[in-house]
Amino acid sequence: ICFALLCHRTKLILILECQATKTCRKYVDLATNTDNANVKVLIDPKQFSRNEANGIIIIDKLQPRDFHILFVPRRSLLCEQRLKEKGVLNSFTNIDEYILDLIPYDGDLLSMESESSFRECYLENDQTSLYHAAKGLMTLQALYGTIPQIFGKGECARHVANMMLRMKREFAGSQTQILPVFDTLLLLDRNVDLLTPLATQLTYEGLIDEIFGITNGYVKLPPEKFAQKKQGEGGKELPTEPKKLQLNSAEELYAEIRDKNFNAVGAALSKKAKIISAAFEERHNAKTVGEIKQFVSQLPHMQAARSSLANHTSIAELIKDITTSEDFFDSLTVEQEFMTGVDTDKVSTYIEDCIAQKDPLIKILRLVCMQSVCNNGLKQKVLDYYKKEILQTYGYKHILTLKNLERVGLLKPQSTMRNNYPTIRKTLKLWMEDANEQNPNDISYVYSGYAPLSVRLTQVLARPGWRSIEEVLKMLPGPHFEERQQVPTGLHKKRQPGENRTILVFFLGGVTYAEIAALRFLSNMEDSGTEYIIAATKLINGTSWIKSLMDSPEENLP
Amino acid sequence: MTTLEDGTGVCSKGPGNRERSSLRLQQAFITQNEADSSVTVWQSHLICLNFFKTSSQARRRPCFSLNRKIELYEMGWNLKDGLRECLVAAAPYGGPISLLKGHNRRSPSARPQLEIYSSSGLPLASFPWKSGVVKQLGWTVSDDLLCVQEDGTVLVYDLLGGFKRHFSMGNEVSQSQVLETKIFHSPYGTGVAILTGALRFTLATNIDDIKLRRLPEVPGLQGAPSCWAVLTQDRQSKVLVANGSHLFILDNTACTPVTPPGLSPQASSIVHMCVSFSYKYLALLTDSGHVWMGTSNLKEKLSEVDTKIKTPPKQMAWCRRPKSQQPSAVVMWDGLLIVVGECKETIQYHLDDDSILVPELDGVRIISGTHHELLQEVPGACEEIFKIASMAPGALLLEAHKEYEKESQKADEYLREIKEQSLLSEAVRQCVEAAGHEHEPETQKTLLRAASFGKCFLSNFPPEQFVSMCRDLRVLNAVRDYTVGIPLTHTQFKQMTVQVLIDRLVYRKLYPLAIEICRYLKTPEYQGVSRVLKHWACYKVQQKEESDEVIAKAVSVKLADAAGIFYSEIATKAYESGRTELAIKLLEFEPRSGEQVPLLLKMKKSPLALSKAIESGDTDLVYTVVMYLKNELNRGDFFMMLRNQPVALSLYKQFCKHQEQDTLKDLFNQDDDHEELGNLYVKASYKEQRLEARIALLQSAVDEYYKAKNEFSAKTTEDEMRLLRFQRKLEEEKGELLVGFSLHDTMTTLLSVGLHKHAEQLYKDFRVPDKRFWWLKLKSLAEKEDWEELEKFGKSKKSPIGYLPFVEVCIKHHNKYEAKKYVSKVTPEQKVKAHLAVGDMEGAAEAAIERRNESEISTVLSRCSATTDHLLMERLNRAKATAVKK
Repeated sequence: ICFALLCHRTKLILILECQATKTCRKYVDLATNTDNANVKVLIDPKQFSRNEANGIIIIDKLQPRDFHILFVPRRSLLCEQRLKEKGVLNSFTNIDEYILDLIPYDGDLLSMESESSFRECYLENDQTSLYHAAKGLMTLQALYGTIPQIFGKGECARHVANMMLRMKREFAGSQTQILPVFDTLLLLDRNVDLLTPLATQLTYEGLIDEIFGITNGYVKLPPEKFAQKKQGEGGKELPTEPKKLQLNSAEELYAEIRDKNFNAVGAALSKKAKIISAAFEERHNAKTVGEIKQFVSQLPHMQAARSSLANHTSIAELIKDITTSEDFFDSLTVEQEFMTGVDTDKVSTYIEDCIAQKDPLIKILRLVCMQSVCNNGLKQKVLDYYKKEILQTYGYKHILTLKNLERVGLLKPQSTMRNNYPTIRKTLKLWMEDANEQNPNDISYVYSGYAPLSVRLTQVLARPGWRSIEEVLKMLPGPHFEERQQVPTGLHKKRQPGENRTILVFFLGGVTYAEIAALRFLSNMEDSGTEYIIAATKLINGTSWIKSLMDSPEENLP
Repeated sequence: MTTLEDGTGVCSKGPGNRERSSLRLQQAFITQNEADSSVTVWQSHLICLNFFKTSSQARRRPCFSLNRKIELYEMGWNLKDGLRECLVAAAPYGGPISLLKGHNRRSPSARPQLEIYSSSGLPLASFPWKSGVVKQLGWTVSDDLLCVQEDGTVLVYDLLGGFKRHFSMGNEVSQSQVLETKIFHSPYGTGVAILTGALRFTLATNIDDIKLRRLPEVPGLQGAPSCWAVLTQDRQSKVLVANGSHLFILDNTACTPVTPPGLSPQASSIVHMCVSFSYKYLALLTDSGHVWMGTSNLKEKLSEVDTKIKTPPKQMAWCRRPKSQQPSAVVMWDGLLIVVGECKETIQYHLDDDSILVPELDGVRIISGTHHELLQEVPGACEEIFKIASMAPGALLLEAHKEYEKESQKADEYLREIKEQSLLSEAVRQCVEAAGHEHEPETQKTLLRAASFGKCFLSNFPPEQFVSMCRDLRVLNAVRDYTVGIPLTHTQFKQMTVQVLIDRLVYRKLYPLAIEICRYLKTPEYQGVSRVLKHWACYKVQQKEESDEVIAKAVSVKLADAAGIFYSEIATKAYESGRTELAIKLLEFEPRSGEQVPLLLKMKKSPLALSKAIESGDTDLVYTVVMYLKNELNRGDFFMMLRNQPVALSLYKQFCKHQEQDTLKDLFNQDDDHEELGNLYVKASYKEQRLEARIALLQSAVDEYYKAKNEFSAKTTEDEMRLLRFQRKLEEEKGELLVGFSLHDTMTTLLSVGLHKHAEQLYKDFRVPDKRFWWLKLKSLAEKEDWEELEKFGKSKKSPIGYLPFVEVCIKHHNKYEAKKYVSKVTPEQKVKAHLAVGDMEGAAEAAIERRNESEISTVLSRCSATTDHLLMERLNRAKATAVKK
């Protein structure tokens, strides 16, 4: 969404998405290729100021077209100034902003799609995305009423809450009289729970994201499995274009299985297959014209269900190929050992072997970081050994990446302090030995044993409250706090007995699909009494997250 | 032709007087002269007309609407010569009046005097006119006074005489001078139209956003046109101009001749024209004394009346209620006012004094040297209620209430009569509506009481209309007061809205009244009270005689509880009037940092601006200040200031990272941040193509890392330099591309081309762990399929990674034969795996059984196929059973 180009074609507005990194050159190409007098350029101020050098001059040459500039997500004075310095500000017929804070991704999910938010906040001390988050929350409150309670944990959470309270004062007097929809807002810093994104997600959706990567609700899959099987042609023309699928809860089957542990997906799919084929069998029972008509009327829905089933069966097969591999099993075993605290203070042979075989760097970094987090830092000797191994194998340039990881706390030398991870694990019950994958009774099913810390905090907040875990909260980084916002009299929500509380959980620095699955599981639990809406700066997984923190100097080469 | 009826006429109607009176005179309404009640208590200002000619025509609607003339004020001003020889302009909606006496005088000794009065004639401002010759005065929609000078300059004053700005109507106008000017209002604001000495029209539709338009030439125009007017049609302002008997419409592009349909032929020239308030209707007066009335698009004629007066009039205006069926215009000559409508007959008034007409939405105001009157068509509801012998439900209800007050049983009779026709709610509605159109509070009260009385007998009658009318009337009565002098009618009030009324009061600095009204009408705070208070404060800060402290305190105390106050605007006002200190004090109260910052920068309070920007959390704002400071301050001061603001500093570093690497270096140097400097050099080294420069940069990095006491980074970077040198040397010697490879990849490459010794050297020099080197060598030899060398390597010493990898790597390269060589060397724990890897089921089973390990047995079992390994499976199952027992 970062970069998009709006073209006015009569009254139709086309939004063409570009890769965020390809930036200017790409949109200018698009601009030259459109025959329209009006070309709108949507610009992400941050990206723009970084790349303005090679973009704007080209635009200037393209006169006498009409250029409009729309800043996304917000107008930037800095950017305008740059344009002015380049002397092209006046070339734009129209300069405006397209405010894009929180983008709804699903019925219960909002994302800011701010890729580098975590990096900016924790590495670069640039809190722009937090400002946008606060603005987004203000918009949300303008639409759905003031949220009476705000809880938070972490420095960024504190900062966002402060800005919200401040903005509230700024808007004083212009509040709309809306009955609050949300009862509570929970702001969580990603660095309160660094462990969860590092672990391999084991829900269906989580695995799709881990293996193929979900971008903006779409996944691109290798096409082989989706080839139309036609007899006689012998698979001559396999499609080469990757298969692109949209993934959201609008698809009935996907909504059903997305949050299941992958081990339960097979059963769900085969059950569904039986239902669908039974439904198709119905036609033999349809005797009267009326019955046939009714059957025919259901056909489109059934066919959609069948093709959806076919798609997901194929995806599940693709995933199964990987999850059943020895590599996957071994690395999962090591992850789980770390999470349960086995041998976290020694150099892991598995990691050593992986480095020796030059497995993908991100995989190594994920594992090393995980070990460090689970051990509350590594012994200096162990840490230096890992670092040396990585640098010798993958190149000395990664020294900057390693420094970044150290700065955000993903890697650190052990301090004199005791390792408090076991205490946190025990108090919050982060490891459940008997996780039930088929019929889960606890959120730990999403990682087949590990219950995500962030979601546990959320769960405890709802019941019995954070006061019960005061000690653990102190061990986690950043302050925890509670704020109350005055709701106009007469707008206090009177909850009917049996009506659920609604909590908006905002992950500052990103959220994984497994965490979302865990929160949805909590919403659906019969006696939970709480419904969760999830918001985040970005939907992440361990790989994309680590990638965002990497610093590879080559990228800057011309 | 006029008949005055005594007020008792209303009262005398009774049940006994029920037949329609043969006397067809109609009575409209009687009002009391507030200003001079002692003279005549019931003085009528009404003209009652009857144009029902014969009884056969009785069912036709009257061809003339009823008019009434209400005295609004006796003017408070004291004008010696009345309005004679004055330029006068009065704003619509009961706005202020401006007078310029002797505007034609040019000698500096006798400067003309510009005076501004309220509608009731109370002085608001007065000052001698020092600028050029004024051709026209006019008011904008926001109560600003426009003075159009001969040279086309327009001066703008507020209604208290304060100069605001000036603008020009263009070169062409200033060269050929202004001949005539008209100021007009449209949905786009206030516009100015000018007829120049060159007989061309120049027009600006909105003076707040001036876009001058020069209209096309009028063909055959020799001298000034006989008359012209501005029309707003099809979202465009056009000029209608008459040259003799020819009529033209000028728009942006063309001059189109037009003919009003049915204009009587005896006319040889159109001498006057006027457009209705809504621009829908047009009236033309010809030299033959005929008034033609029609729609302004000139498609339809409504009527034509002969005034029998052939001298040119002083002024002409439409006098028409919105939604009225009947056209009606007012023409004024010296001492005479004629109302023309649909019929041949006209109504004439005698005027004692020089007067001007001010067209309004629902009538015409007549301002003379002594009086201020409103002439309007009698509103429907008033007519129904007050006409003689009216049997309208409202009239009956009013009667019923009167009887009730007298404690007479007749009240019940009247009521019953209304109720029998089930018209009680209609009666209440009529009374409420009529009350709205009455200017006299007593009459309003009488009508509202009657309405309230009627309401008692109704269930489920919605109260909103009654309640809001009571509120509106209170507000209206307050602003109509002599001291305020805004004679709004209820219709005008509804059209202009409360918001605008509040603005008008604010312009007049009537803050307490404005606040009272806001509170009374329960206007949302930020639109009402807060807004008024803000204006008050803006005014307050300009009072030079009071000290900063006093004003700041007064403002903060008054505004403390008000929500949504924008202090920045007040501070801006203070700054503009040269009170920087006061502005800073006031800005402290501003909750929105975003608003504080620009002003603080303007006032050169940059440190404060920076901290406010940071407080807001808006990074863009911080950048704005930082960039400003960067340009304003010298480098040293700039860095010092950033140093005290870590948030700004880190943002600036981000900026530098992408834009100014050198500045970044300076910043780190200033902070002695050697670690970051080292990183910076490392990063720079990768951008460098030449190896020498690259190594030099890395050396700088090493130095910095040592200064930062980061031994690890320093050592690592030294290693990197060593590797680079080694790679270059080998490249030169052996011609293998190596520079830029990681240590691992370098060794792999060396092994793959058979440079084992060099690889060994790196392994030793860089102290590569044995395990990794073994893996590396194993893989690259297998890759090369150099099995001989591999075997040698395997035997060279005991493998630190065991021999299972040997087996697996061989299998990966599809060499089962080689793989089998290593199976025997594998440790017992891994034996099963090794056997399975080479596909030796027997061996695997053997090993598993030997180890009596249940899970290993199961693994082997799972790999067996039921058809071929039948016997083996039996053995395994037995062994498993015993293993489980144990």
